[in-house]
Amino acid sequence: MTDWLHHLLILPILLPLAVAAVLIPINERDRTLKGAIGFASTLVVFILSMILMRLAATGTGSLPGSGVYQLGNWPAPFGIVLVLDRLSALMLCLTSGLALAAQAYSMARWHTAGHHFHSLFQLLVAGLNGAFLTGDLFNLFVFFEMMLAASYGLLLHGSGPLRVKAGLHYIAVNLAASALFLIGVSLIYGAAGTLNMADLATKLAALEPRSRTLVEMGSAILGVAFLVKAGMWPLSFWLPTAYAAATPPVAGVFAVLTKVGIYVIIRLHLLVFGTAAGASSGFGQDWLVTGGMLTIAFGGIGVLASQAMGRLAGYSVLVSSGTLLAAVGLGHDGMLAGALFYLVSSTLTIGAFFLLIELVERGRDAGADVLAVTMEAYGDFDEDEEEEEVGVAIPGTMAVLGLCFCLCALLLAGLPPLSGFIAKFALISGLFDMPAAELATAMSAADWTYVTLLILSGLAAMIAMNRIGIRTFWASIEGTIPRVVVIEITPVVVLLGACIFLSLQAGPAMRYMQATADDLLAPLTHSERVLSAPRAGSQ
Amino acid sequence: MELILSAGIGTLTASGVYLLLRPRTYQVIIGLSLLSFAVNLFIFGMGRLRVNAPPILEPGGVGDLARYTDPVPQALVLTAIVIGFAMTALFLVVLLASRGFTGTDHVDGREQRGD
Repeated sequence: MTDWLHHLLILPILLPLAVAAVLIPINERDRTLKGAIGFASTLVVFILSMILMRLAATGTGSLPGSGVYQLGNWPAPFGIVLVLDRLSALMLCLTSGLALAAQAYSMARWHTAGHHFHSLFQLLVAGLNGAFLTGDLFNLFVFFEMMLAASYGLLLHGSGPLRVKAGLHYIAVNLAASALFLIGVSLIYGAAGTLNMADLATKLAALEPRSRTLVEMGSAILGVAFLVKAGMWPLSFWLPTAYAAATPPVAGVFAVLTKVGIYVIIRLHLLVFGTAAGASSGFGQDWLVTGGMLTIAFGGIGVLASQAMGRLAGYSVLVSSGTLLAAVGLGHDGMLAGALFYLVSSTLTIGAFFLLIELVERGRDAGADVLAVTMEAYGDFDEDEEEEEVGVAIPGTMAVLGLCFCLCALLLAGLPPLSGFIAKFALISGLFDMPAAELATAMSAADWTYVTLLILSGLAAMIAMNRIGIRTFWASIEGTIPRVVVIEITPVVVLLGACIFLSLQAGPAMRYMQATADDLLAPLTHSERVLSAPRAGSQ
Repeated sequence: MELILSAGIGTLTASGVYLLLRPRTYQVIIGLSLLSFAVNLFIFGMGRLRVNAPPILEPGGVGDLARYTDPVPQALVLTAIVIGFAMTALFLVVLLASRGFTGTDHVDGREQRGD
């Protein structure tokens, strides 16, 4: 009896959706109850995605229905399918893990800042999971909108002029992007006659040139919508402001929102415009490379220029997006596994950093950061005073926060021995993965620029984190100690612990990523699996 | 008919984009609405324009493709209308909240000289 195993695939979408509905009528005064139900639901989704990842890792062939869930039991391409493979399972795990941490964090105090926090949170998780699992372009749009609608509500959570203003810009940008999404999808349907991603991949090569141009145009427009989400320069100016304005648990889970854009681009780029696409193979790569590198540069400069930690984290998101986009665009097969490892590591890091920021800044004045940077520019005025403070013990809370901050800095900058370093090392070694004799000729200018930017962005992160860290922990102007509850620091520690675990278990993790990359680089196998999946009950 | 439809989509898009770039929140929301009308028409057009051809089978009729129009874009357009409508309503709420907080309908929450 493997029937129940088959339905496991849709549970990560259905469960949060149902729980979100259940939570709405419960009175807002019973926040702890709402939080507990929401947390339990996210925990179940996390366990489910772990099971799904184990199933996917053992090979999708052994799965019931070979990992394809046909909604309404209609076979693809006529019905909508959910597809499980290593990449989607990985993203499910990452999302639910991060959501779990953010939700635990919110239960200390942030969920009291507004209504229906936990319902919106569950809707966001459902939308994200749906976007990762779906195998249909229009269905992707629906889940995308679900995720966005929940994210609008979450961004506005806590209200206040700053959040409303940032929310206004965020919503306007995303609505315009959604319009582009629809134009792209319908253009692809009009030209290719299908919306199923796997079906599109098999049909593209056989299309007549005129239709193929239309599909390429549609994909380009569709790509812009995802690049807005992923934050590619110059489509990214909304991002740092919006992320800095969001409440910490929301910002923490938003770290994975940009990765949805990246995920779809990886998925579509390799599936539809992979090796099997004939003349369209590798379409749009140059744009991804150029845009990605400009994003790294823009993000790096932003990181250096940031005076507040929230903005620094926002620009780190951009650096991470740029690194991934350019890595995908460069099109070296060896880099893909490294890119996926980087995706996981950087998402966890940035998520933890967003959660940490508010704890560190809790005891400080709003203007302290600006003052710190200004003081740096004009020289210190209080050198004599600091002499006397030598020997003062660092309070326990500050020590824990400082340690977490150090780990964040190491991970963001990509310094050994943590997973940030392993990720960047895997990216660069994937790029250089060729016989030494060919190295001089086979490496293009773009490849070298990428390596340079990757290392420079790490340096920029290191400088910025050092500056802020010194000002906050060693030379704090007020010297007040923030009050931190255990439930708030635990998620940060767990997320950073996951990064450390990823560093310790880098071997098995990289093997999984390599298997994922191999799957992605064989688009026709994927298409065949989806299109020839047996209908339930037919055997 | 093709000419009228494409001119309509073009006009709606152009007006929508123009309004989207204007500094007042009300102009932005009207711009977004016009844009979503244009997109809905565009999706509809992607199913090819056919007159007097239903998208669903008639009872007892045979599935002769020549007599029917493509039902998929019509289904898509329905979904797009619903989602677009919901998003516009949500944006309207944020617009009002912003007006309440800042006392101005400028998208940046403060008046700028020259507007």
